[in-house]
Amino acid sequence: MRKTIALSYLTVVLLGPLAMLFWRIWQEGAGKAWSAISEPDTLHAFKLTIEIAAIAVPLNTIFGIVVGLAIVRTRFPGKGLVNAFVDLPLALSPVVVGLSLFLLYGRTGWIHIGQILFALPAMVLATVFVSVPYVAREVIPTLREIGDEQEQAAHTLGASGWQTFWRITLPSIRWAVIYGVVVTTARCLGEYGAVAVVSGSISGRTETATLRVQDYYENLDQAGAYGVSLMLGLIAIVVLVLMTLLKPKEGTA
Amino acid sequence: MNKTKKLIPILLALTIVPAAAASSNLSLVAYSTPKPAMAKIIQAFQQTPAGKDVSFSQSYGPSTNQARAVSAGQPADLVFLSTGDDVNLLVDAGLVAPGYGIAADTVVVFAVRDGNPKHIKGWNDLLRPGVQVVTPNPFSSGSAKWNILAAYGAERRLGKTDKQATAYVQNLFKHVVSQDTSGSNATNTFLAGKGDVLLTYESEAINARLQGKNIQYVIPRQTMLIELPVAVLKKSSNKDAANTFIRFLKSPPAQRLFVQYGFRPVNKSVKNPYPSRPGMFKVDDNYIGGWRHADKVWFDPKSGRMVKIEQADGGPTSG
Amino acid sequence: MDLRPVELGFVTTFLTVVVALPIAALVWASRADGWSGFWYWIRQPEPLSALKLTLVMAALVALTNAVFGTLIAWVLVRDSFVGQRLVNAVIDLPFALPTIVAGLLVLALYGPKSPVHVHAAFTRAAIYLVLLFVTLPFVVRTVQPVLHELDTQMEEAARSLGARELVVFTRIVLPSILPGILSGVAMAFARAVGEIGSIVIISGNRPFRTELASVWILNQTQSGNGTGAAALATLLLAISFVVLLGVGGFRRLATRHERA
Repeated sequence: MRKTIALSYLTVVLLGPLAMLFWRIWQEGAGKAWSAISEPDTLHAFKLTIEIAAIAVPLNTIFGIVVGLAIVRTRFPGKGLVNAFVDLPLALSPVVVGLSLFLLYGRTGWIHIGQILFALPAMVLATVFVSVPYVAREVIPTLREIGDEQEQAAHTLGASGWQTFWRITLPSIRWAVIYGVVVTTARCLGEYGAVAVVSGSISGRTETATLRVQDYYENLDQAGAYGVSLMLGLIAIVVLVLMTLLKPKEGTA
Repeated sequence: MNKTKKLIPILLALTIVPAAAASSNLSLVAYSTPKPAMAKIIQAFQQTPAGKDVSFSQSYGPSTNQARAVSAGQPADLVFLSTGDDVNLLVDAGLVAPGYGIAADTVVVFAVRDGNPKHIKGWNDLLRPGVQVVTPNPFSSGSAKWNILAAYGAERRLGKTDKQATAYVQNLFKHVVSQDTSGSNATNTFLAGKGDVLLTYESEAINARLQGKNIQYVIPRQTMLIELPVAVLKKSSNKDAANTFIRFLKSPPAQRLFVQYGFRPVNKSVKNPYPSRPGMFKVDDNYIGGWRHADKVWFDPKSGRMVKIEQADGGPTSG
Repeated sequence: MDLRPVELGFVTTFLTVVVALPIAALVWASRADGWSGFWYWIRQPEPLSALKLTLVMAALVALTNAVFGTLIAWVLVRDSFVGQRLVNAVIDLPFALPTIVAGLLVLALYGPKSPVHVHAAFTRAAIYLVLLFVTLPFVVRTVQPVLHELDTQMEEAARSLGARELVVFTRIVLPSILPGILSGVAMAFARAVGEIGSIVIISGNRPFRTELASVWILNQTQSGNGTGAAALATLLLAISFVVLLGVGGFRRLATRHERA
């Protein structure tokens, strides 16, 4: 009985829409969708999305590891505040993120160095902001769980901090980091709200893949919108597979 | 195998894009609906000797919001907006010289359901009980402003006083069921099933039909000539290319393409296939008084008539 | 172990540049017209209506997730059925899929060309459905690990003593998984309050009827009303902080036995 209820709910809410991804492509025709994907502005959009992720993901990975170590293994004043700021993007609307950047770097803002808004820098900053938490949130519980005996041992044996980090700490958290990287990448590829506010949606210049979907949709080009969506959906499925395989904890019987 | 196939165009783009550093790039910021027409016209321009090495980046959105974005720093070489009002925003910000030109015309029409089941022909039909109207938000969309001035102007042409015509607009907004940010979004909403009539550009209604959408339109006897302005930004580093492109826009080849996409030409030597209406008027006619006057009277964010009208009807009072 | 200056410097600089400065600029801008200016915008009919709708929708969605999320977690952990592992994997789809795509899919399924003849696009029902989609994983994923590690001895004992399923659940299981449910609910609530990508497609954004706070903020930003947008955005920011405190609290509650 409860299985039926649960599965029905899942069908209505989750599986139905997922099925529509494939249904719509079949309806509109794969040919039309493909020609939309191969338009130069769309190719540029995918390239831009990848470029932004290529900057944001490594940055947040390094940050996640460093802040994870800082929070779990060390004492410093303001730890609670740091923790709060790291977690904040999880609970914050992307539009609020975009607006805050728009206000900081805009005409009446505090920072005026070159072209930040309506260009790549603002888009990178927005994407980094929204994806800050993910690696940290995987690294922190893992570090807590495994404890620091090995590091202590290495320290007493005379290993330097750097050696300890590379040889002992990093390998011990590598699966958490990899999982965090996968989730961070997915978040970067799928970002819409914050980038929509700061980029100006200039096709061929500051449109990411998600903004491109909106561009097609607003121009009544259903085939284009679903074409790009299918690409993003397929990437999402790859991400999903990776997430499932790399997941730290098991949740089923 | 599938993934490799997907990678190839992306890899190609990665190599081609940097290699194709064109000699100039024009950044066009435009209002929401002319994208298909502009795409074709840009292609045609790039076939000409003057346009051979010019690449374009384009941004389309609600006219007023686009003007504000440019004013807030969005890079642009030229703007193609839907109202002189929005270009005036840029003139006042010192970004555009006064005395900009017009690239194309169109008119305000009623887009209706197939077969016009509610028999909507004129402005009075919009006030019939139960008729639901779709028009964008006048604080973000140029199309909305044209619609409002057209409604007001139509009543004035029929002999009503300023007060009566304003009351008409107020009544009209009681029938409005959706106010999207842009003309293009309003079209989407209408096509998705909302409302009985969409107030829009003739060019947009034709554009939707060209894309195979099930839409019909009626040109009311009293309607407004929509003049679509184009202007170069003073700070543009590609002013020559921008001016060349604008000249191209007004030349017969581009004007003919405009006509194909539902616009009315401004170049006298190109034939206008679209019907005229006896009651057609313009924004500079006395009872509208030009954009500066109309902006102050109708669209001022604090004291404009639309603020009061929207407040009374529970609609948006800002963009 | 004390933190080395270079690491502390990196963390502080990174967080300041990326998170703290923009947030500060936001709060500052919301007060551009003073406190009276701030409250003026919050109390305008349109943003106020958008805020109310947002909070109500988020609460409904959070509640729905509390019930069904727990149910799904239970079914995934305690039951077995064909395709279970696939279903378990798919739960994370809303995390992996861009929200604008989610909006398009829900529109395709429940919009004007719906293959199941449900026409709910541009209504509050559509908002509810799409928010359920994007918040689905939260409660499920916070409850699953707890259920998984739960010792079933007490439940078996209760059952053998004749207690009915519902009683077993409410008296024995629920107290253990409640912190997990609550932290998932809080995250789902915050997510629903902030959602934008799918909402832009599916809701129709009609003031006073289907316009959410996030959409109002987006529109105001794009039409130059930075102060008004910042005012409502700061309010949403405050809500996010409160939710985070709550989640942190629930997490500590859930792990208190581990630290004892």
